[in-house]
Amino acid sequence: MPKFASAITSIVVFFTFLGILFAIAGRVNGKKSRPIALAIFLLPALVLILAGLVIPAFRTILFSFMNPDSNAWVGIANYKWMVADPNVKIIMINTILWIIVVPLFTAGLGLLLAIMLDRTKHESIPKSLLFMPMAISFVGASIIFKFVYEYQEPDEVQIGLLSTIVKFFGATPKDWMLSKPLNTFLLMIIYVWTQMGFGMVILSAAIKAVPSEIVEASALDGAHGWRLFRNITFPMVKGTFIVVLATGVVGALKVFDIVRTMTGGNFGTNVLANEMYSQVFVQFDQGKGSALAVILFLLVTPILIYNIRSLRRERTH
Amino acid sequence: MAAKVAEHTPGRKIFSSKIATTVVWAITILWTIPTMGLFVTSFKTDKYILGEAWWNSLLHPHFTFANYHNVLLGDGTESLSTGVLPYFINSIVITIPATIFPIVIATMAAYALAWINFRGSDFLFFAIFALQIVPLQMSLVPLLSLFTGGAHIGSIPVFPALGIAGDFAGIWLPHTMFALPLAIYLLHNFIAGLPRDLMEAAHVDGANHFMVFRRIVLPLAVPGIASIAIFQFLWVWNDLLVALTFASGTEEVAPLNSKLASLVGQYGSGYTQLSAGAFITIAIPLIVFFSLQRYFVRGLLAGSVK
Repeated sequence: MPKFASAITSIVVFFTFLGILFAIAGRVNGKKSRPIALAIFLLPALVLILAGLVIPAFRTILFSFMNPDSNAWVGIANYKWMVADPNVKIIMINTILWIIVVPLFTAGLGLLLAIMLDRTKHESIPKSLLFMPMAISFVGASIIFKFVYEYQEPDEVQIGLLSTIVKFFGATPKDWMLSKPLNTFLLMIIYVWTQMGFGMVILSAAIKAVPSEIVEASALDGAHGWRLFRNITFPMVKGTFIVVLATGVVGALKVFDIVRTMTGGNFGTNVLANEMYSQVFVQFDQGKGSALAVILFLLVTPILIYNIRSLRRERTH
Repeated sequence: MAAKVAEHTPGRKIFSSKIATTVVWAITILWTIPTMGLFVTSFKTDKYILGEAWWNSLLHPHFTFANYHNVLLGDGTESLSTGVLPYFINSIVITIPATIFPIVIATMAAYALAWINFRGSDFLFFAIFALQIVPLQMSLVPLLSLFTGGAHIGSIPVFPALGIAGDFAGIWLPHTMFALPLAIYLLHNFIAGLPRDLMEAAHVDGANHFMVFRRIVLPLAVPGIASIAIFQFLWVWNDLLVALTFASGTEEVAPLNSKLASLVGQYGSGYTQLSAGAFITIAIPLIVFFSLQRYFVRGLLAGSVK
């Protein structure tokens, strides 16, 4: 198979090149050996990061002030379009809904399950089943839920779980993907379904790390149930809970696959990341697409700053 | 109500374990049903795909492997003339190098940042750490234009067109670039934690950085490297955005996940293709997940618990 051959050849060439580089550079002794080692270890990563992330990010900022083909300046026209266009308004509202609702549910449900798993016998089986959707792609998860949300005309058999349950309770099923604003929340369920396990697993580890002496001591002082959780357990896992929330915000901001697969951004479900892709690759407007990417970036900056601050605090300890 | 029950139980219990066990299992079943539904649907015959809900099919089964056969090898319809097998192979050909390259390069960089003293190493570490949450969308357009048209300042070319757009190298490279910040950060956590005495003893014995890296760091960092490699593997296998941007949708290079995304939107008999195709796509990640779950969890914890 020529395809496999190309992959194997690349890997062999890659390692041979590294091996030769290591062998030659390893022979250099004395004063020059350290700078050479530094260059060989660090430069490949730095060059790739600069060429692949840093320089393109700056160019995207420039493109956002340019026309669709990125060959003439247009000032802030692309940003003016964003403020004026009613479709972008819907996109912004949806994106904000995503970054509020999704993190609260992934982190909240994750915490609830982490606490309850701590009280469950044979916790490893439910834990890995709850965690499993994390391995499934958003496209795969979307198709799984396409069958859950499937709707047939009222006189036909309903094969979707949601329609069947609704019918069971005596209500009339609808074409769920067309029902605004419910459809956006149904898409969010797909995200929560795949990502909840992330919060659950790391919060579960944080809860287990709470020293049992502290818990027992406060139990002797009469703290039980909700009070024990609020005064002892939660403060000790708060840091982790915030990490899960922040990860949820960043993930929800970038959501693209689910919206694209389920509705294509139609029926009032569009979000920033999907619109960015459509502007660039469907409308062929690099200017508007880049301006949308810049907005995405601005929305993650508060979290970026928070992360850097907490890393700095952690490193000084 | 749960809290009320808990007040009568001693120790650190918030919920009594009976209630907790029941709720956990109820949610677990709820969480597993959608995947079950897809799995059962993928074996349904064309005749019953729309006429009967999958839970009813379980009661009087008439299942078939034909869907898998058709989806893998092609069923003659326009959307699936050759089947998804070529795309499956593409996914493997994309994912393995796109896992190995960034992990090796990131391990080297993480070692340099952790164990070679130089001015500005702290700044670099913070910069790389910050870059890990910058959205990919910020890089896509300029990177693609670099691959197809090179880089120019005015009309002066400063970098030639790489000519790798639409080639496997044109997908490996962006995946490698995008993976580096997070991989370096996570691997730094593992490698910086190795015992200092060991490194110093090796240097006293005359070992240079290359020997230390190969004989001490690599063997000790294997668990860390493995867990991050699993993440990267799943990330690349499950990716859609990079694939759509850098691999044209063709049989030549496009991965399974983007083929699957293009199958969505067909109705009726398309559902047999869709369900079997989806299950083929998620099978590999699920196998990786269940067989290497311990490493998976370790990788997750390395990055998140602070």
